Amino acid sequence: MSTEVAADAVRTGAPPPAERRQSGMSETWRRRLPLLPALIFVIVLTQLPFIGTLIVSFMDWNSYYPDDRGFAGFSNYARVFTDVNARSAVVVTVVLTVSVVLICLILGLVIALLLDRKFPGRGVVRTMMITPFLLVPIAAALLWKHALYNPEYGLFNGLLTIFLGDDAPQPDWVGSMPLPALIAAISWQWTPFMMLILLAGLQSRPMDVVEAARIDGASSWQIFRHMTLPHLRPYIELSVLLGTIYVVQNFDHVFTITAGATGSANLPYFVYQTFYTAQDYGRASAAGVVTVAGTLIVSMLALRTVFTVFQEESR
Amino acid sequence: MTIALKPPSQRRSPFRDKAGRQGLGLAILAWAIGLLFFIPFLWMVLVSFRSETDAATNPPQLFAPFSVEGYRNFFGADPWGPLLNSLTASVLSTALVILLAFPAAYALSIRPVKKWQDVLFFMLSTKMLPIVAAILPIYLFAQFSGLLDNIVLLTIFYTSMNLPIAIWMLRSFLAEVPVEMIEAAQIDGANLTTTLRQVIAPVVMPGIAAAALICFIFSWNELLLARVLTSTVAQTAPVYLTGFVTSQGLFLAQVCAASLVVSVPVLAAGFAAQDKLVTGLSMGAVR
Repeated sequence: MSTEVAADAVRTGAPPPAERRQSGMSETWRRRLPLLPALIFVIVLTQLPFIGTLIVSFMDWNSYYPDDRGFAGFSNYARVFTDVNARSAVVVTVVLTVSVVLICLILGLVIALLLDRKFPGRGVVRTMMITPFLLVPIAAALLWKHALYNPEYGLFNGLLTIFLGDDAPQPDWVGSMPLPALIAAISWQWTPFMMLILLAGLQSRPMDVVEAARIDGASSWQIFRHMTLPHLRPYIELSVLLGTIYVVQNFDHVFTITAGATGSANLPYFVYQTFYTAQDYGRASAAGVVTVAGTLIVSMLALRTVFTVFQEESR
Repeated sequence: MTIALKPPSQRRSPFRDKAGRQGLGLAILAWAIGLLFFIPFLWMVLVSFRSETDAATNPPQLFAPFSVEGYRNFFGADPWGPLLNSLTASVLSTALVILLAFPAAYALSIRPVKKWQDVLFFMLSTKMLPIVAAILPIYLFAQFSGLLDNIVLLTIFYTSMNLPIAIWMLRSFLAEVPVEMIEAAQIDGANLTTTLRQVIAPVVMPGIAAAALICFIFSWNELLLARVLTSTVAQTAPVYLTGFVTSQGLFLAQVCAASLVVSVPVLAAGFAAQDKLVTGLSMGAVR
């Protein structure tokens, strides 16, 4: 339905005055035509809602008090930055994202290096490694919360009892250490993703050059440091960028495992709660805008380096 | 990326493990880490095939009698509506994504528009827009237009969510198509649609499959939008699973069975197409 709308807009749309070169105009538009439906689709469905959020973030709008709707200036932002919970959500988001991405990157790199070698059962190990990524996130979160972390019949405390005897400690993982509990569960899910990207990078390495270096007497560490790592750089940057984008936005695990309890709400969960439970549209929107700003700053830094790859292409 | 290649005579096969002991150690390490990552999943499978009483014992039994009680309870609660909704939204939006992304990728690679890098950059930047930052206007729009709890609206938003990734991936696959092939087709008088369908599509089919697979997985997994936009009629499988979030373990076998059943389509697609998944994920940016 929307595609037709978009296509109509393409057919009837007048060319912008910017590129009015008499001869090249139709050619320019013939080139643009295939792009426009997708471009318009993305702009309408992502940018318009965000503009809406931006507008609401400057309004007093709580659906419990419909009569008090009006312009609020920066007061929502002031409330977000002075609210203890909101500030804690910012800190949690940063801690969660940085630690999960680092853990996933290091583990992912180690596992990718191990899987890059031929050994018996490599395919089986790779399949086992990929499984966490293929589990639906909320299913994975339920698994960690109920089957692994549960203090009474969870696997972790059960293993402690089996290995350490009946007086083994039986920690309440989620209750006593909500952030590490979240970090472990999210890292478990995203390490395979990072590993897949890095493994693809390793396997695109020109092996004959590595062989030549080995014949010339280079050690494994030298080869890794001076040949593998430089080759992997764009893949590492890509995995960090994508990992960051997805982990910053994590909602499923926080929602399921801790429900934001004991200072473990990240920004997406905080926004959801403010919007859904408190029905405070203005404040939720301001928090949403803050989330975007934070994500953009982090990702732009990562993206700038990734985009150097595109500059080298010519076509 | 200009690495001088050695002449073929000096090339060697990757089989070079002279240090067999070290190789064995690394293989064992790989197996150990692989198992470590797999055990939680394995545990989930084991628990799902237990009676509820066996599932919730303290300490957990590693081995317990086989039972399908968890699955019987899960399917007894009639989960088909949510599963079907998820399937509809994921398949439809994946099809729509490919339909829109393929021509767009053409316009960004084979006959690139001016400033194609900026367009690509813009597409990518929309992925950095957390969904929470757009959810309120989307919710209000759904409410006012009467499309709340409607699978069509969800499908459209899943399409916009995955379109940038698909364009990004397909662009890099299309950039690999030899220009001569396309020029030859156009000299023969093929128009854009014919060229795309009959010349380019067959060549980049693996790329299309990879992009479709990833879009399907991301749509199927999505929870936040579905939770806000749907409630009963259009409830998706992940939203259905949220019903188990607060259950205090009384039905652990059922929770595990439900989580597994909901994950089956993604698991099956992912296992069947591991190679495509790998190429798909890496191609997008690095080529």
